[in-house]
Formats: sequence, structure tokens, C-alpha cells
Amino acid sequence: MKKMLIKIITTCLFISTTIFGQRVVLINGAGATFPYPLYSKWFYEYAKIDKTVNFNYQSIGSGGGIRQILAQTVDFGATDAFMTDNQLKQAPGKILHIPMTAGAVVLIYNIPELKGKKALKLTPEIISKIYLGKIKKWNDKLIQLENPDVSLPDKNIVVARRSDGSGTTFIFTEYLCEVSQEWENKVGKGTSVNWPVGLGGKGNEGVAGIVKNTPYSIGYVEISYAMQNNLDYAMVKNKDGYYVKPTIESITAAIEDKAKNMPDDYRISIVNAGGKNSYPITGLTWVLVYQKQQDKVRGEKLVQFLKWAVTDGQNYCKDLLYAPLPKNLRDKILKTIETIEY
Amino acid sequence: MRKKDYSDKVFEVILKLSAAISLSIVILLVLVLIKHSFLSIKTFKLRFFINTVWDPVFEKFGALPFIYGTLLTSFLALVISVPISISIALFLSEFAERKLKEFLSVVITLLAAIPSVIYGLWGIFVLAPIMRNYVGPILQKFFGFLPFFQGNIYGLDYLSASVVLSIMITPTISSISKELFDAVPKNLKEAALALGATKYEMIKISVLKTTKVGIIAAILLGLGRAIGETMAVTMIIGNIPNISLSLFSSGATLASVIANEFAEATEDLYLSSLYYIGLVLFLVTLILNIISKFLIKHLSKTK
Repeated sequence: MKKMLIKIITTCLFISTTIFGQRVVLINGAGATFPYPLYSKWFYEYAKIDKTVNFNYQSIGSGGGIRQILAQTVDFGATDAFMTDNQLKQAPGKILHIPMTAGAVVLIYNIPELKGKKALKLTPEIISKIYLGKIKKWNDKLIQLENPDVSLPDKNIVVARRSDGSGTTFIFTEYLCEVSQEWENKVGKGTSVNWPVGLGGKGNEGVAGIVKNTPYSIGYVEISYAMQNNLDYAMVKNKDGYYVKPTIESITAAIEDKAKNMPDDYRISIVNAGGKNSYPITGLTWVLVYQKQQDKVRGEKLVQFLKWAVTDGQNYCKDLLYAPLPKNLRDKILKTIETIEY
Repeated sequence: MRKKDYSDKVFEVILKLSAAISLSIVILLVLVLIKHSFLSIKTFKLRFFINTVWDPVFEKFGALPFIYGTLLTSFLALVISVPISISIALFLSEFAERKLKEFLSVVITLLAAIPSVIYGLWGIFVLAPIMRNYVGPILQKFFGFLPFFQGNIYGLDYLSASVVLSIMITPTISSISKELFDAVPKNLKEAALALGATKYEMIKISVLKTTKVGIIAAILLGLGRAIGETMAVTMIIGNIPNISLSLFSSGATLASVIANEFAEATEDLYLSSLYYIGLVLFLVTLILNIISKFLIKHLSKTK
């Protein structure tokens, strides 16, 4: 029924566009909100290159993207959390995960005494203990030990986290599971979890708002929010013991490190990457497409767009504070895109 | 002979259709809610209403913290808002000059037109710091021995949410009450004054007493808005599903958990439980409506 409806709508659009001269193909997508600014920029730029294709993307969240691609109501889905085996089994055809870009989750904090000073240094142990509610004060021995040149205040830590289900939370909790056995057993990972402590803010702006307005607070947000709002954010010690500042380059370095063992379906978590320059709390975001496209014209246009997105399109990442995919990974992805049939 | 006039019949059919539409929307709504929450109803049954854990990872779901949060914030909002709203309405109706009355009425209606997300943002950036730095500590200083005012104050709590809600429902309650007070016959008021009543006594005898059923209905409309309000509450309540007597602790409401988690709920049981929450919200509203219907009936009898 839904498919019928979409066919009717697209046919109508097709007819109307044929009547008004140019033939324009409409490609529908839905899913993650995190890459939405980048995707809209891509659609805008791509429309200049290929005038015969139009994109319509609904940023309804990763969960919605997965549901819609499973129901075949869209041409592509988008998600920040890769589909589980169980979900893939429900699909009527083979679904491909195409990595598009990556982002980082950064820890922002508001300690008036440290304003304008060097960035706070945090270890995985400190982060997980703060979020488990085990480290309660800023002058805790563990934190002071890593930051010997500043004197930390004897104040309670106000923990902030996302209240809405989100890919950001998924990446963050995935990281905590990776670095803390206790977190994995007690809380686990997901787009929403049962938090042991913490005030919930809705959206990145909600968490940023709490941290900005509450002295002695800590929270996690997407990297772009921290940079645009001029908030202090922490350096995090990675697997190999290096303190790394979250930057576009340190995210790409993390992908590069993980790309060495990239599985063929790209369903990989890139948190806790090693290497001198890798920031450890990062995540890929994927576009979901069926390997066998049903509509020849739309399938062809979609493939052309995806190829452009992982090559020329990557140049638009940096300005919008997304991390471009490393070169070695792009070639592999291009080959995967070529396996799409239409 | 005059041609037969069908206009009455047509009018009646149109009215009946409109009534049928509203009824069928409610029925369809309940059916959809039940259909989608069926998996969760089957899994948790009525325990859903008393379970206090909400854990999407381990798929344990319970609605009690959200029911508690919804009822607490809504009633607290009423406690704050009703005296203020009725005072506003009395002032406008009985004391204010015509020009001032017109001006203030417009201002109050404007309050109702502010989008709730604006209230929410105002809540985080303006109200929360005030509550944290001034209101909270003062309350704690004088009433700190009560369990309602204990614990750390972060400003994102039941109390702040209730204050925002009370501001949001004040225009509803006060503007309806004002219309009610305006509609009280003049001779009723004059009769009271003629009997030697002061202005205060006159208001008590002839205004409030005759309009009490209407006021209850106005409060109900306000309550309805408070229970269903989502965006503003979500931004300021702190979103922690717990049950605490202290008004300084963060909580969550039925509407806020749906708004927060629906978009990213991927697992079937998780999504189904969110629908179940929607069903609970519907039931809570229904029960409150039934209670107030009884209240109104009772009050009209004892008039």
C-alpha cells in the first residue's frame, strides 16, 4: 500500500516535471539528524552538478531511518548506529552500509576556576567513573593526578547527558562499554540508556545549555556544538596513552587506524582507536541502501550521488566540522558502491 | 404551499457528522495506541504501571516515575497558577478601569500565544539559574526540614518545570474566569452591595459562588494543557525517571519521555513501550476528566 502510494506520488511528480520541461528524479531519504547539515549541503551542491535529480531528506533520527529503509518507503536510510544482524534479517533484500563521514563526541565542562586555562585532561577511567557516579568531586585524586598544573576546586561534579535518544549517546556509551567492564555490565550501550547519574538535556543544545549555565558541570556533545559555542572541552587519553584533543584531523586519524581492520560490510565501531593522533570517542555515520535497486533511473542517480559524496563531496566536510574519510577507505567504499545493481 | 425547507435537516446532519468525527478520532486513537503497545502490554501487563525502572538497553520498562512526574508537576502548576489566575481575572473584571482592562487582556492572551519551546529555552537560560541561586536556597533555608525541599539544587527539577507550566496555563484559566465574572448579572452584585456587603464580601457571595462550576471547568482546561505539555517541560525537568518527594530533584513526565525517546527507538519492545506510555497518558487524562465531571456535578447540586 505504502509502496503504491509512493509510486503514485513519484509518478505525479514525474509527470508534472516532464510537463514543465526538464525531467527531474526525486530521491527520498530519511534518518539520522547528526549528518543532516552535511547532507543538505551535499544535496545543494550536487544539484548544481546534476540538475536532473532532487533529494528529499527527512532528519527523523537513526531509528526512523532504519525503520523506513526496512519498510522500503525511502530510497536510502541514514543512521549513526549500524543495523544489528537481527534488523538486517528483517529486510526484504540485502542492505549495504555506506560510511559517509565521521564525528566525535567531546566532553565539555564548566569550571569557573579553569576558564581560559589549558584544557582539562581526562582518562577513560575518570570519564566512566564520573558517569557511573563514583567520582563525585572535581578535586578527586584521579583527576588531580592527571592535571598536576591546576588546582581543582572542592566542588561536586554536576553530570549532564542527553535525555533524547541519539547517535551521540550511542557513540559515547559504546566508548564507555569499551573502556569500562563495569559500565558494560551495569548500563550497556544504546541510543538511550538507564543513566546511573546525570541531568538530562534535550538535544545537543540542551546539554550545552545545562553545562553553560551550571558551574562545575560536565557533559558530552557533538564536536561542532563545543566549537561553535566556545565551550571548554577536555583532552582524552587514548588507548596507546596519548592525550589527544578532539579535532577534525584527530577523528580522521581514528578512522584511519580502524580502517586497517575494516570489515567488508563497514559495520564497525571506531571508538577507542589507537595511535598517536587518534581521538578515542568517535563514530561513523552510514547511508543505508539496498544492493538491488528496484527503479533503474533512481538507482542509477543514487549510485552517482553516493560516488560523488565519498570523493568530491568529502571536501565539504571540514567547513561544517565533520571529519572526511581517509583516502584508503574511500577507494574501498567506491568499489562497494559499484556493486549496487539497478 | 411553501416548498419544504430542508435547511434544518442539512444543519442537523452537519452537526451530527462533526460530533461523529470527534468521537471516531478518539476511538481510532485508542485503537492505534492499543495495537502498537500490544507487545508491551503482553510483556509487562499491569505491572507496567508500578514498575519504576526504565532501561532501554536491558528492555525493562515501567511507567510509574513518569506518571508521578506528570501528576506532580501538573498539580503543583495548578497550585501556583490558580490563585494568581483568579486574582488576575477578579482584578480585570471588578477593579480595573476599562482601558487598563482591555490592555491587560491583550497582554494575557499574548502569553498564551508564545510557543512552548520558547518557554523551555527561557526555562533553561533564565529561570533555572534564578531557581538555583535564589529561590531554591531561600525555600531550603526556611522549609528545609520538610522532605519537599531537600537535596542539591540544580534548577532543572520538578519545581522549575511546575513554575514554567503555571505561567503557561495562567492565560487559559484567567481569561476564561474573566469571561465568567463579566457574565455575572449586575443586579446580583448590586443586591449584595445593597445589603451592606463590602466589595470583598460581594465578590465572595455573588461572583465566586455563582461561577464556581465554571471556574472548575477553566482549571480543568489548564490542567489538560499542563498534563500534555511536552517541549517546555522536557527542556527543564532534567529527564531522570525517578520518584522523589523533593521538589528539587529532577524527574520526567509521560509526554517528555515520548518526545525524548520516540525518534531513536529501534527495538520493537522499546517502541511498543513508548506507545504504552502514550496509552497511559490517555488514561490519566481520562481519569482526571471523569473525576472532575463528578466534581462539577456535585458542585452544581449543592449550589
